[in-house]
Amino acid sequence: MINVDIKKDTFWDRNAKSGGYLFRKKAVEVTVAICRFILLFGLSFLILQPVLNKISVSFMTEEDLFDPIVISIPVHFTTANYTLAAEIMNYKQGFLNSLVISLTTSIVQIAMCTLVGYGFARFKFPLKKLWFAFVMLVIVIPPQVISNSLFLSFRFFDIFGIIKMIKGESLNLRGSIIPYYMMCLGCMGLKDGLYIYMIRQFFRNIPVDMEEAAYVDGCGMLRTFVTIMLPEAKPIITSCFLFSFVWQWTDGFYSRMFLGTTTLVSTSISRIVDSLGAYMQRILGVTVTISQAYSNCILSTGTLMVVGPVLILYLFAQRQFVESISSSGIKM
Amino acid sequence: MKKKSGHKLVGLEKRKAVAGYCFIAPFIIGFLVFMIRPFFQSLYMSFTTVELGAGKFDMIWCGIENYFFSFRKDPDYVRLLTEELLRMVLYSFAIIVFSFFVSLILNQKFHGRALVRAVFFLPVILSSGVMLGLESNNQLVATLQQTVEEATVGISVTDGLKTILTTAGVGTRAFEWVFEVIDNIYDVALASGIQIIIFLSGLQTIPKSMYEAADIEGCTAWESLWKVTFPMISSLFLVNWVYTVVDFCMRSDNEVIDKIQKIMIEQQNYGAASAMTWIYFLIVIAFVGVTSLAISKGVYYGD
Repeated sequence: MINVDIKKDTFWDRNAKSGGYLFRKKAVEVTVAICRFILLFGLSFLILQPVLNKISVSFMTEEDLFDPIVISIPVHFTTANYTLAAEIMNYKQGFLNSLVISLTTSIVQIAMCTLVGYGFARFKFPLKKLWFAFVMLVIVIPPQVISNSLFLSFRFFDIFGIIKMIKGESLNLRGSIIPYYMMCLGCMGLKDGLYIYMIRQFFRNIPVDMEEAAYVDGCGMLRTFVTIMLPEAKPIITSCFLFSFVWQWTDGFYSRMFLGTTTLVSTSISRIVDSLGAYMQRILGVTVTISQAYSNCILSTGTLMVVGPVLILYLFAQRQFVESISSSGIKM
Repeated sequence: MKKKSGHKLVGLEKRKAVAGYCFIAPFIIGFLVFMIRPFFQSLYMSFTTVELGAGKFDMIWCGIENYFFSFRKDPDYVRLLTEELLRMVLYSFAIIVFSFFVSLILNQKFHGRALVRAVFFLPVILSSGVMLGLESNNQLVATLQQTVEEATVGISVTDGLKTILTTAGVGTRAFEWVFEVIDNIYDVALASGIQIIIFLSGLQTIPKSMYEAADIEGCTAWESLWKVTFPMISSLFLVNWVYTVVDFCMRSDNEVIDKIQKIMIEQQNYGAASAMTWIYFLIVIAFVGVTSLAISKGVYYGD
C-alpha cells in the first residue's frame, strides 16, 4: 500500500519539487530526439533514395517512363529490363568472371597482407620503421601515378631479357590476368597498403603471452603464426577479405588497365549505354535513337544487377564490415 | 631469467629479425618491383617521348617538353586541374566536418542506431569504383533533380538564404562555396562512410569519467564537446584528412585522371600522360604534406 502512495507522485509533482528543472530537462531531451530523428531520417533517405529510385525505375516499361502520372510505382509492371540488361552486359559470363577474379585476387591479397601485417606487428628487425613508412607511402601514392609505366612494362613484359632470348620477343601480358596476380602476390593490389595497416593494428592489440608460451614449448615461428595467431585474427581477416572482395567487384581502374578484354560486370556496366545502342542496331537492322530516359532506365537496371550481389553480402555481413574498422583501433 | 647468456639472446634476436624479414618479404619484393621501379620509370618517362615499336618501346629524352605541353598546349588540362584541386580542398573539408558531426550524433543512444549506422556505411559498398561515375552520369536522376530545383526556386531554405546573403554582398565567394557543398550534400554523404566509422571508434574510446568530471565542474555539453571530445579524437582528424584527400584523388569520377587515361590509351602519348600525372601527384602530395603537418601541430596525444 505504501508503494502505491509513492508512485502517485506524478511527473508534475516531481517537476514542482525540482523547481521546474525536470520539465526543462525532459523538454530538451524530447526536442533533441525529434531534431535528431528528422536529421538522420533526411540523411538516410538521401543515401537510400537513389537505390530506391533505381529499383522502381527498373520495373517500368518505356511507356511508364514518359507518363507524368507515374512517379515511383510502375503501371505496366515488367521484368523485361532485367532480361535486356543481362543480355547486353553478357551478365552470366561477366558475373562468373567477376566472381572468380574477385575471389581469387582477394584471397591472394589478404593472405599476403596478413603475412606482412603480422611481420610488422610482432618482429623487431633493422629498418622496420623505414619499411613501414613505405607501407604508408603505398597508401598515399595513387596508383594512377605508376599506371602508365606498369601498363608499358606489362605490354612488353620481360624478366631481365630471359623471355626475349627464348621467344625472340617480349611477352604481351596486357589483357591477361597474370600481371594482376603478380601484383597481388607482391601486396600491390587494390588498396593493399590499407589492409596491411589494418591487420597490423589488429595483431598489435593481441597480447603476446600466447606466442611466447608457444615459443617456450618449442613451436616454430611459422607454426605459431598458423596455428595460434591466425585463428585469433579471424575477425579482421574476414572483414578485410570482404572489403577486398567488394572493392574488387566494383573496381574499374585495375580492371580496365589489366583486363581489357575479359568481360567483368564492373567494366561492362560502364559501357552499357553504348552497348545498348549497338545491340538495338543489330536487332533491328537500322540505326535507332534510343531515348535518354530509356537508356538511363537500362543503366539503372544494370547498376542494380551489379550491386545486387554485393548488397546482399553487405546485408548479411554488415557487422564484419563496420566493426573491423572500429576494432583495429586506428591511430596515427 | 632473461639473461641466459649474451650469445643466446643475440641468436634469438637474430632469428626473429630474419623471420620478420621473411614475413614482410612479399611486400619488399612487390614494393621494389611494382612500386619503386614504375615510380621512377614514370618520372623518367615524363621527360621523354615514348615511341612504341614492335615488341619494344623506346624512350627519347626531350627535356621538359611534356610539361610545356601539359601547361601551354593542351586545351583542357590546366582548367581541369584547377577545378579538380579546388573541388578536392572544398570537399575534403566538407567531408571531415560532416563526418565529425554525424559521428557525434551516431554516438548517442537512441532506437535504431545500428540501422542508421548501416545506412551511412552503405555508400562505402555501393558507390565504390565504377559506380560513382555512373551516378553522376545518370541523366534521369539529373533531370529529376533539375525539376525539383525548378519547382522549389524561392521555396527552398538555401535559395532564400542565398538570395538574402548575396544581396547583402558580404563575402559572396565564401558563401557560394558553402552553398555548393550544401547543394551537393549527397556527394559529401556518399564519401564519408569510412570517416564516420573511424571517428565513431575514436569516440567510443573516450572514458565516460572525463565527461562526468567536466559535467561536475559545470561544463555545458557544448563546452565539453570542444574541450573534451575534440582534443581526444584530434589525432583521428589527421588520419581522416589524409584518407579523405587521397581517396578523393582515386575516385573514378576524377576528371584529371580521366583526361590522363584518355591521353595514355587513346592517343598513346605516354610521355605527356606521365607528366600530367606527376604534376597532379606533386601538387596533391605537397598539399597533403603541408596540411597534415599543420594539423599534427594541433593534435593532442594525451599522455
